[in-house]
Amino acid sequence: MSVTSPPTTSQFTERLTLHYDPGLKRNRLNQIANAVAGTFAALAVIPLFLVLIYVLIQGGRLLSLQLLTELPPAPGLEGGGIGNAILGTIVVTLIASLIAIPVGVGGGVYLSEYAQDGWFSKFVRFGNDVLAGVPSIICGVFIYSLIVATRIFFDQSFSAMAGGIALSVLMLPTVIKTTYEGLLLVPQEMRMGAYGVGASRFVTITQITLPAAFTPIATGVVLGIARAAGETAPLIFTALFSPFWPEGLFNPIATMSVLIFNFAIMPYEAQNQLAWAASFVLVLMILGANLLARWISHATRA
Amino acid sequence: MRSAPPIDAFTLRRRPPQEKLTDIGFRQLTLVLAASVGIILLAIFVTVFTGAREAMATFGLRFLTTSAWDPVNEQYGALIAIYGTLVTAVLSLLIAVPIGLGTAIFITEDLLPRSLRDVIGLLVELLAAIPSVVLGLWAIFVMEPAIRPFLSLLHTTLGWTPFFSTEPQGPGTAPAILILVVMVLPIITAISRDALNQVPIELRQGAYGVGTTRWGAIFNVILPAAVSSIMGGVMLSLGRAMGETMAVTMIIGNSLNFSLSLLAPGNTIASMLANQFGEADGIQVSALMYAAVVLMILTFVVNVLAQWIVRRLSLRY
Repeated sequence: MSVTSPPTTSQFTERLTLHYDPGLKRNRLNQIANAVAGTFAALAVIPLFLVLIYVLIQGGRLLSLQLLTELPPAPGLEGGGIGNAILGTIVVTLIASLIAIPVGVGGGVYLSEYAQDGWFSKFVRFGNDVLAGVPSIICGVFIYSLIVATRIFFDQSFSAMAGGIALSVLMLPTVIKTTYEGLLLVPQEMRMGAYGVGASRFVTITQITLPAAFTPIATGVVLGIARAAGETAPLIFTALFSPFWPEGLFNPIATMSVLIFNFAIMPYEAQNQLAWAASFVLVLMILGANLLARWISHATRA
Repeated sequence: MRSAPPIDAFTLRRRPPQEKLTDIGFRQLTLVLAASVGIILLAIFVTVFTGAREAMATFGLRFLTTSAWDPVNEQYGALIAIYGTLVTAVLSLLIAVPIGLGTAIFITEDLLPRSLRDVIGLLVELLAAIPSVVLGLWAIFVMEPAIRPFLSLLHTTLGWTPFFSTEPQGPGTAPAILILVVMVLPIITAISRDALNQVPIELRQGAYGVGTTRWGAIFNVILPAAVSSIMGGVMLSLGRAMGETMAVTMIIGNSLNFSLSLLAPGNTIASMLANQFGEADGIQVSALMYAAVVLMILTFVVNVLAQWIVRRLSLRY
């Protein structure tokens, strides 16, 4: 039975050193892995730049007062603008916000302030996640069957209202989730303090809890609006499209996203150009809203 | 100076009736608003199912396995669209997951100064904000012409396999897969980044303390600790990729002929709906609704699976 003598200190320092040796196999593998991760990060960022550059160049050079204020030309003609589509996007998104924000904030308040941790709140939160995962085109099909095909609004089929409602279905999960999660962050002591000085539940929620959670809620709402403004799929067979100025809430309405879709696949150069111009305006609005949301969450955190 | 009004400290204030009423009314209102989520979800299922009933009765399960889409003879089968939906979604994830995960690792495991990492994170998030219809426009006019030489090369070198057997001619499944990669990449990156950030610092310190390298720690400690959230994120992205409509519709070619080739035009359920739903009538509407039901079930299963994975797979550390 032989006992191997433990290695002496000098034997260790001969083979192992505390100095970094870049030639070691594991260090070389490390360098390779670093490079791969860096390449992947670059690959992930490149499409953004490519898309932005093309939208800025192709769309930006068309930017003029005429573009923002005139109607699109008839197929085959030159000139014209996307004024009706800009207005339409604002109208439809506004309708969606007016529905989704009150409903969503109310639902979020219930989940965070009132609900016991029972089956109902579990079901609503689960349903909210499922609703967030429903493809946007299905929202369009749903609103088409519910509102457009049944002609529920004054015997009108396609309408700005139907488009707005379809978008609100899409926005709702975001608003509920951000409200719920925002309210959960409000310290319990604030609610107790309010009850302690004799405030009712209603007053506590509207005067204390909701204002305290304003930042996360506003951030989520702005992001939800930005996402809704760029959505196309729920609008193609609810709001449809219109080459004219908006004619009230119960008629078809042009939106920038549907205009881009329609004009991109037309074989006319002038229409393709307008699609790029509309992309420019839309991307600018949406990126602006995203930066605004970011600013809200940074500026008011302090 | 006014003297303070006398306070009877030990008298309980009776709550005025309108205060009670507001309280109860507000509670009931928010309850109804919260319930609206369930009602909307239920309404979506009911509406689409009732719309599809006629086609379900006529075509039965044959609908899922036949590929005829013939409005003239009123024969419908969704095989092409179902195949296209699954192929585009799965292949795009196969490309996007390594890239997204690599990016997430790159911006969480301090390889770079924090300010630079935050910029990369911001850029990836902004990519998610670009509307899919704009990506579709870009795909038609910029991306597809740019990658066509590469796709042609694929065809000449790998043309003997059925997957590259056709000459690339503009719109097709391959460009659609690439644009889907661009769309799901930000989701995977964002979720993986959150998952990696939530791994407790002690785990990292422990790993480095026993002398491992950075990537030893990442592969053996950090990734296994975050795997449940990352898998959940991957499943969510899969659902998103299957339901994605606009960019795919604009670039996939919307073919009604079945082809195994990725270079040939294809179709997905969502793009079929976007293209035909507005102009369809009669049983075609019902057939499209049937396809919508299939899509809804697919995304529902994937989403529920995602939530289940996050809850079940989470390691206890």
